[in-house]
Amino acid sequence: MPISEFKPKIVAFCCNWCSYAGADLAGTNRLNYPADVKIIRVPCSCRVNPIFILRAFQRGADGVILCGCHPGDCHYTTGNYYTRRRMTLLFSMLDYLGIEKERTRVEWVSAAEGAKFAAVMQDFVKTVTELGENKRLEDRRCKKP
Amino acid sequence: MQEAMKKRAKELLASGEVTRVIGWKKNEFDYDITPAVFESAEEIDRDFRYDDFCGPNLSKFTFKNQKNDTKTLVFLKPCDTYSMTQLITEHRVNRDALYLIGIPCFGKIDIEKIRADGTDGILSIASEGADVTVKTLYGDKTYVKADVMAERCLACKSKYHTIYDELMGEEGEVMETGRFNEVEKLEAMTPDERFGFWRGELSRCIRCNACRNACPACTCESCVFDNPDTGISQKAAADSFEENMFHIIRAFHVAGRCTDCGECSRVCPQHIPLHLLNRKFIRDIDKLYGEYQAGEEVGQRSPLVNFTTDDAEPDIVRKGGK
Repeated sequence: MPISEFKPKIVAFCCNWCSYAGADLAGTNRLNYPADVKIIRVPCSCRVNPIFILRAFQRGADGVILCGCHPGDCHYTTGNYYTRRRMTLLFSMLDYLGIEKERTRVEWVSAAEGAKFAAVMQDFVKTVTELGENKRLEDRRCKKP
Repeated sequence: MQEAMKKRAKELLASGEVTRVIGWKKNEFDYDITPAVFESAEEIDRDFRYDDFCGPNLSKFTFKNQKNDTKTLVFLKPCDTYSMTQLITEHRVNRDALYLIGIPCFGKIDIEKIRADGTDGILSIASEGADVTVKTLYGDKTYVKADVMAERCLACKSKYHTIYDELMGEEGEVMETGRFNEVEKLEAMTPDERFGFWRGELSRCIRCNACRNACPACTCESCVFDNPDTGISQKAAADSFEENMFHIIRAFHVAGRCTDCGECSRVCPQHIPLHLLNRKFIRDIDKLYGEYQAGEEVGQRSPLVNFTTDDAEPDIVRKGGK
């Protein structure tokens, strides 16, 4: 597939209290961000289990981004601190296994940062588009012919 | 040491202090040693073993075979005591029902290293000090112990017992043997080389789950790998994705709790260096959140259920600042 035609599939896990509202704000402010981003709402960024991220890749995602409240602002007080440690270790492990480290990302987006949400998504989609298809964590059985 | 252990076990059984003894016994071959429960002096006389093949970590076996109403004697090598301490911290074993005896360990022999030399038809193996004498159908062979020692023992982290009621022999010390050298070597490779290396290793996985079953940190009643709803339950991996997924998740689930006892690699029938995954997590934790050795003392808080407000951001991986 030529690069110009390639449209990445991006899964964005957004926490209910900050980033999901941030995405909403981006929408109401009519800020554009690529439609390749599919948002999955989670109660807290801490809800995201490493399996969720791997499963997203299995089912055809080319990039996975996890958005939550800024550290210190978590609705549940401490959830995103745990997320931060877990995801740092998980991403480091993916890199250790030779999987492109640019395909995964964690960003803190508050409910007031609609512009940041759009900017982050644009940047992430651009990065993943340049990387191309996810080959190293793909499940060939899940690929449509 | 074996005779002293037998004697002490029989004494404790006779006095009624304990009613069961957890130790090692020999199977058909000298190098084929399994954990076992002994309940009488006769059984101990007949089967009890402690030699350079007693690799299995008795902590996991104790977890699976514990009884609350009676006291059990468990013999623990230094690396087993780390696992035991971790199990006690996590309330997975009942400390009151255990009588722990710390025993010294001089490194265990890896039978595969002897076999790799072309040695076949092994009748018996005896190790005395630095010499290992192997009697085979085709004559005797002698090895230097350091040459046939298990990899995990060559990079032994500690001869120190973290927990015991009674100690046999002398107390050892925590050691520095460069156990992260191989991890560093992998980290220095390019991502493509690393990917190639791990594909070569992980594609051999037959999903026998031996690594999980032997791991003293894997003590969940119902394991994620047994839950059909997760889509990663027990079955041979059908795709390279599943091999990656299994090993990432297995290592992640014990991250921060893994004491680096090396059981996963020892039991792997395919000789996948699984400990390198665990050590990567240990190393990252050491670097990012401060030095941490799981199982060092009872009541420690694992780094993954803890945090500080100024932890490193996950971006550190992408930006290579680590």
